[in-house]
Formats: sequence, structure tokens, C-alpha cells
Amino acid sequence: MTLTHLVAALIVAALYIWLLPARWRGWALMAVSIVAVYWLSPALTIRYLDFALPTATVVLAAAIWWFTLPPHSTPTREDRAALGVLAVLILGLAATRYLTPELRPTPSRAPEVPAVALALAIAGAVIGLVGYRLRGRGRFLTVAIALIVGLFAVLKTEPLAIAAAGGLRALSGQQVDLARPGDLSWLGFSYVAFRLIHLLRDRQTGRLPVLSLREALTYVTFFPALTAGPIDRAERFVKDLRAVPTLTGPDAARIVEAAGRILIGILKKFVIADNLVLLALGPANAEQFTSAGGGWLLLYGYGLRLFLDFSGYTDIAIGLGLLFGLRLPENFDRPYTRQNITAFWQSWHISLSNWVRFYVFSPFSRALLNREPRPSPQFVVFAAQMVTMLIIGLWHGVTWAFVAWGAWHGLGLFAHKWWSDRTRRWYLSLKDRPRLKAAWTVAGWALTLQFVMLGWVWFALPQVDQAARVFLKLFGIGW
Amino acid sequence: MEAWRWLSKPAQPYRWPFVGRVIVKAGVLFVILNVLFALADPLPLLGRVSLYNGLFPGRERLPYGENPAQSYNLSLDNLEAMFASHEVAAAPGADEFRVLLLGDSATWGFLLEPENTLAGRLNAAGLTSPDGRSVRFFNLGYPIMALTKDLVLLDYGLRYQPDLIVWLVTLESFPREKQLYPPLLQDNPDAVRGLIERFSLGLDVQDSRFVEPDFWGRTIVGQRRALFDLLRLQLYAVPWAVTGIDQFYPESYELRRSDFDADVSWQDYAGPVELTVDELAFDVLEAGFALAGETPLLLVNEPMFVSTGRNSDLRYNFFYPRWAYDAYRDLLNAEAAAQGWPFVDLWDALPAEEFTDSPVHYTPEGAQMLADLLAPEITRLAEGWGNAG
Repeated sequence: MTLTHLVAALIVAALYIWLLPARWRGWALMAVSIVAVYWLSPALTIRYLDFALPTATVVLAAAIWWFTLPPHSTPTREDRAALGVLAVLILGLAATRYLTPELRPTPSRAPEVPAVALALAIAGAVIGLVGYRLRGRGRFLTVAIALIVGLFAVLKTEPLAIAAAGGLRALSGQQVDLARPGDLSWLGFSYVAFRLIHLLRDRQTGRLPVLSLREALTYVTFFPALTAGPIDRAERFVKDLRAVPTLTGPDAARIVEAAGRILIGILKKFVIADNLVLLALGPANAEQFTSAGGGWLLLYGYGLRLFLDFSGYTDIAIGLGLLFGLRLPENFDRPYTRQNITAFWQSWHISLSNWVRFYVFSPFSRALLNREPRPSPQFVVFAAQMVTMLIIGLWHGVTWAFVAWGAWHGLGLFAHKWWSDRTRRWYLSLKDRPRLKAAWTVAGWALTLQFVMLGWVWFALPQVDQAARVFLKLFGIGW
Repeated sequence: MEAWRWLSKPAQPYRWPFVGRVIVKAGVLFVILNVLFALADPLPLLGRVSLYNGLFPGRERLPYGENPAQSYNLSLDNLEAMFASHEVAAAPGADEFRVLLLGDSATWGFLLEPENTLAGRLNAAGLTSPDGRSVRFFNLGYPIMALTKDLVLLDYGLRYQPDLIVWLVTLESFPREKQLYPPLLQDNPDAVRGLIERFSLGLDVQDSRFVEPDFWGRTIVGQRRALFDLLRLQLYAVPWAVTGIDQFYPESYELRRSDFDADVSWQDYAGPVELTVDELAFDVLEAGFALAGETPLLLVNEPMFVSTGRNSDLRYNFFYPRWAYDAYRDLLNAEAAAQGWPFVDLWDALPAEEFTDSPVHYTPEGAQMLADLLAPEITRLAEGWGNAG
């Protein structure tokens, strides 16, 4: 999201707050979010792909809603209306191909309207039929989850992404050998995929409330959270969404809070973080720093920039959400002040951590504990933490560097658990020795910060051999 | 969440009248700050506040660069800030003999790492002054060809108590009409006008190219770019300190031309004319010597590429037709002799293969050769001045 996008979003928010009748707010949110999926998408080199991928996002969201609808329930009148609005919006966006480039909300010229209509009709028929026969069935939902994970893996694994881009280039009659992973820049798919998996998995376990199509589409594509999260839970999101028509439009408390979050987000992201780029470790300066001290400076610069960039985005997303009447979950809670790595992960990218804890850590731990013979509790903790952190690493990209980053934190979490289990009694005894406790707290904070920063080496440098070299150089090895 | 409680759960709920008062107060404060800023014009003062030479090492050459992402450097027009970021602004060592090098992009060191510039190679030579102090060279070259720019930089450089000055010049810096073209000079009208008036230079103090911001242009809003540049200069202290890089070094570059059309034009002259001292800015050169006063100043006609390619009988290189450069050399030699200026003419001192992308940019080896040639001249001048003193 750029400042231009933000200004446009604020104008839309002003119209929404002051002019839109309250009863239309829910529909407006869906429509704005769908249009934003197209508008925020980057221009892509493969012909029509920057129209096809946003369309795939909303069609996938609609399909997953249909697949997660309870077997005996039927779409309501409102759902049919939402489907109609969705189709009209997509065809309307396709029709903007006849406008001049400056007026188009799509990154490049959309395909012909009849072609889009035909593709939508075919996709609708297939999804409709498959869902009609199989929706709600556990195995079918598992297959749907596997397909989303597979798609995610293709997008995040460079060789697979290049192969897929090559295939799409061949289909569109473009030069195959120019295929690059960036050809498949699917805006927000990392977040969309986790929201979709959440819908599917919660339907399987019976936790998912019944959502209307409009609610599901808005939940998956809600534009403030599309590009960088947070990953909300559907039941919480929908509770806010259903209350939107009852909210006072120009509510001073809400608007002041929203404006405050947006301004602070702009300061963090656009004023500070964007200007810290040259002070942050990256593949270029990783080869240029001339002393270990310089390397540490760049590494801390990277850690600071990453936090300000990401948390700034989150502040903007939360502020925009508030303007539209929805309170998105917090994603950061002063993570660099934490005194141990477990607390760090409870305060860094909180919505992702919670998601993975809910859908990976807990079920995986339970599955291990239910095995016969039952493994030792320590092994269960170690395995669950490693798997959880490796998945968080791979969510960022399927590379060895992210595997190393995930493993680094998995080991850190396990080591902290092991240590705190053995020192808990001693730590509790510190309440009568405040100075020692304060010193221990400071030491814990410093160690945690250092550990997290060292982990960023793997995060900042995509080539694992370069990351390993830098890691050693920070300790004076390999100069 | 606790961190945002101050915003989401204030002691008293926000209401529109309160919001209105906050907006009005903020607006008034904003206007007052802008007016005060415009009246005080604190940019030069702010320019002196620097992280360089304190928290981070000073730069080895003046800040200049158009692609910060690769060069960790930027061009700005705040002379105070430029000097404050330079190592020359650090407190001098007790046994330091300070030599300032003035010149164009060749002296600044285009395509050369700091240690391979002329200043770098001279420093590596480990020279000692007649009184036993170690000679330290400071690169005050700047990639603009205009003697007036050198004069302004000399004026600032003299604050840092140099013991000797070396001024490298070439014909491209002399045309009178080029003297006020650099944006660095146009954006510093007071500094330039002061010198024009003080030395009665043949330049127009009312030149329309001088940038004179109006009142609103002097506010924070009007000066936001200059303020941002100041901030960026400080930020770039980190990558400079960490990498020692202050310039983008391309893997390859286009070599200076050695074949030319049969063209003998130079500047506004279509062909040979008789150049005079008045057409070239010799008065600026003279002002430089006057400005240096008691500080010895060595004038150097800097080396240039001498082509042997097509039409090299008409042109020495891309910059100069032979007639213009020969006339310039004659004038420079005659003027130096007449004025008694310490002067070295090194115009053809470097072999052709030591020039890189322009007729005056040289290789590290070229810088070393030039340093070898200049070191004895500098020592001789320092000794002579010491004896005279």
C-alpha cells in the first residue's frame, strides 16, 4: 500500500462515514474490498495475470464460503445478491479496459468482458457442482486445504514459481525463458490463504459460525488487512462486521483513535522505516561491511526497520479498519522489550503466531501425545516447537534461509522452555531480592534481543551461504 | 492492548469540540513554527550539527552522489553540513600539517575509492613537513567544473587552519559564463556574493540564477527538501562508517573518447579565436591566492588525456580543441609567472591509458603517478614557505 492508496482509502472512508446510509455499510465494505484487491495488485508481465490473480482471490473466497456452508443449508437471498454483486463488480472491472489507463482501477488492461464472463460462468459451474455434491464433507475440506497449501508452496518456492510462470507464459504466447518468480506476485495471498484455511479447518471442527457470502468475501479480502495482515479470526471479524450498521458514523472517539493509529503508522512506515533502508542489513551491504561492529550496526538497523515497517503497516491497517467500523487484532506488542523468546513470540506478528499455534502447534502436540508409545513430553515440546517455527519460516518463503530462521527460533523456544522449567522455583524466589531480579530481567531482555537480532541474519539474506558467512563474521570469524 | 491504551481508552472520551480545539491549536503551532523558522533561517546552524567526526568518522571527500541506494551518498547544497560531514572538520592532531586539495571531479575521485584518490595516494606517501609534522591531505575536490566553486570551498576550507593548499585546475573551470552555473553556487547566493564583492570579481551579484526563496520558501514547508537532505546526510553516516563506500563503482564504464569529428569548437567559439585573460576567470584564481593570504597555495594545471586518435591533430580530447587549450596554457603560465604564483603544469603528465571515463578522470595508478609528481613540489613549497617565514 502506497501513500496514494492510503489517501484514496481515506477519501473512501470519509464518504463511508459521512454520506453512506448505515444499512449499506456492509455491502459497501464488500464492494470496496473487492475493488481494492484489483487496485492494490501490482502490474505483472504475464498478459492478463494481474486481472486473473485478483479474480482468483475473490473467486477462491466465494468457493471456500460455498464449500464451508453447512451441508443442509442453502444460500439465502442475500447470498444470491452478494454473488450477483460479485459478478457485476468483476465484469464491471473488466469493462474498465475501455477507459484510459489513468482511469482504470486495474494495474493493466483487463481481458475482454465476454471472455471474463465465460471464465466466471465455467468457474461458477464447476465450483457450484463440486460444492453441491461435496461441501461440508471432512475429506473434501482436507483436499481443499491441501490444494491451498499446494498453491501456496508453488508461489513461495522459487523453482516451482518459475515453472508455473513459464507455463502461464507459454499459455499466453509469451517468452517462456523470461519467467521469474516475480511474475506470480499474488497480492496478499499469504494472508488470504491462511484465512481460507482457517475457514476450512474451523468448518471441519465445527467451530465456524455460519457466514453469509458477503461476510465471507469481506473477511477474506478486507482491504486494510489484505497486503500485510493482521490475520483475524472469522468469528471475531464477523461480530464487528454485523455491528457496523449500528455504529455512529462520525464517532469522535473512533475517528480520533483511527487517525492516531494511521498517523503513527505513516510515521513508522513511510517516514522512518523507508529511510532506514540503507542502514539495514541486506544482500548488497552484507558483502561491504568492513568490521564486525559494522555488521552488528546493520543487523540492528535491519531489526529496527523491519519492526517499524511491519508494525507501521499494521497501525495503518488497524486505523483504516476502525474508520470503517471494524477493530482488527493487534499484531505487535512492544516485542523488542520482551525478556524471553517465548514472550517475544507472543508479541511479534501476534496474529500469525496465534494462527500457527492454533492450527499447527496444538493439533501436532495432541497428535504426538496420542501416539503409542507416548513420546517423552520434552520430545513433544521440541518437535511441536520446531515444526511450528519451521512453518512460520516457510510461510515467508520456501528457502533454506527461512528454514534456518525457523529452526533458530524453534531451538530458542525449546531452550527457553527447558531453562524456565528448571529455574522456575529459583526465579520465584527472586521476589524477595528486587535488585537481583531487576538485573536478571535486564539480562533476559538483552539476551532475547540479541537472539532475535541474530535470527534476522537468516531473514534478511535470502542466500543461506551468505547468511552463514555474515553470521560468522559478526563474531569475528571468516574475515 | 496496553501499549495503545493512551489512544484507545483516554481518561476522558474524545468529543468533537475537543478534536476541533486540538486541530486549531496544532494549526496555530504549525504556523508559528514555520514563521519562526523563516525568520531565523536556522539551516546553516543546523548544518553544523553532525554525527560525523563524533559518533561516526568524517567523510574523506565532500558529499556528492545521485543514487544513494548504491553510493550511500547524496548531493546537497548546505555548505555547512557538507563541511561538517568531512574529516577536515575534525579537531586537528597536534603534529598535523594540513593540506587542502581543491579541484573538480578528478580531484574528488570519480570511479576511485577514497584511498585511491590523489589525496588518498598522497596520504599513503607519509610525507613529513619541514618542521617534522606529518602531512595530512584533505580532499576538498567537488565534481563541478567552475573556479568560483573552488573559491567558495576554499573560503570554507580556510576555517580549518590549513598549512598549505593545492589547487588543481583545468580549462573547463575557467569560462566566465560557467562560473555561476553550478546549483551549489546558485543555492548559496550569500557565500558567492560575498566573495564577488570582496574581490571585485567579474561576475554579476544580481545574476538571475541565484536562488532567493521568498518568505514562504524559507518556512519549514518551503525548506522541507533541504531539511530532509540534512537528515539523510546524517543517516548515511552509518553505511559510510560501516562500508567505507561513498560512491557507486560500476563494473564497467564507457572509456573516454579518443577519436573525434573534425570539430574545433569550444564553448561558444566555433573556431580558433584569441583567448584573453578577461574571457577566462583568472580574477577568480587571483582571488583564491588573495583569500589564502599567508597560507601557501600551489596551483596545478591538472593532467588530461591527450589523444592520438582520429582528428587528434585538431583536438586533444573530447573537452578541448588544441587551439583553445594551448592558448589557455600560455595564458596560465604567463599569469602564474607574472603574479609569482607557485605553479606546476602537469597537463600531459599521465599516459593516455591512465584515463578512464573522461579526459580528466584517472585510474588509481594515475593518481599514484600524480601523487609522486606532486609530493616533491608540495614539500618544496612547504620548505620554501617555512624558510621565508
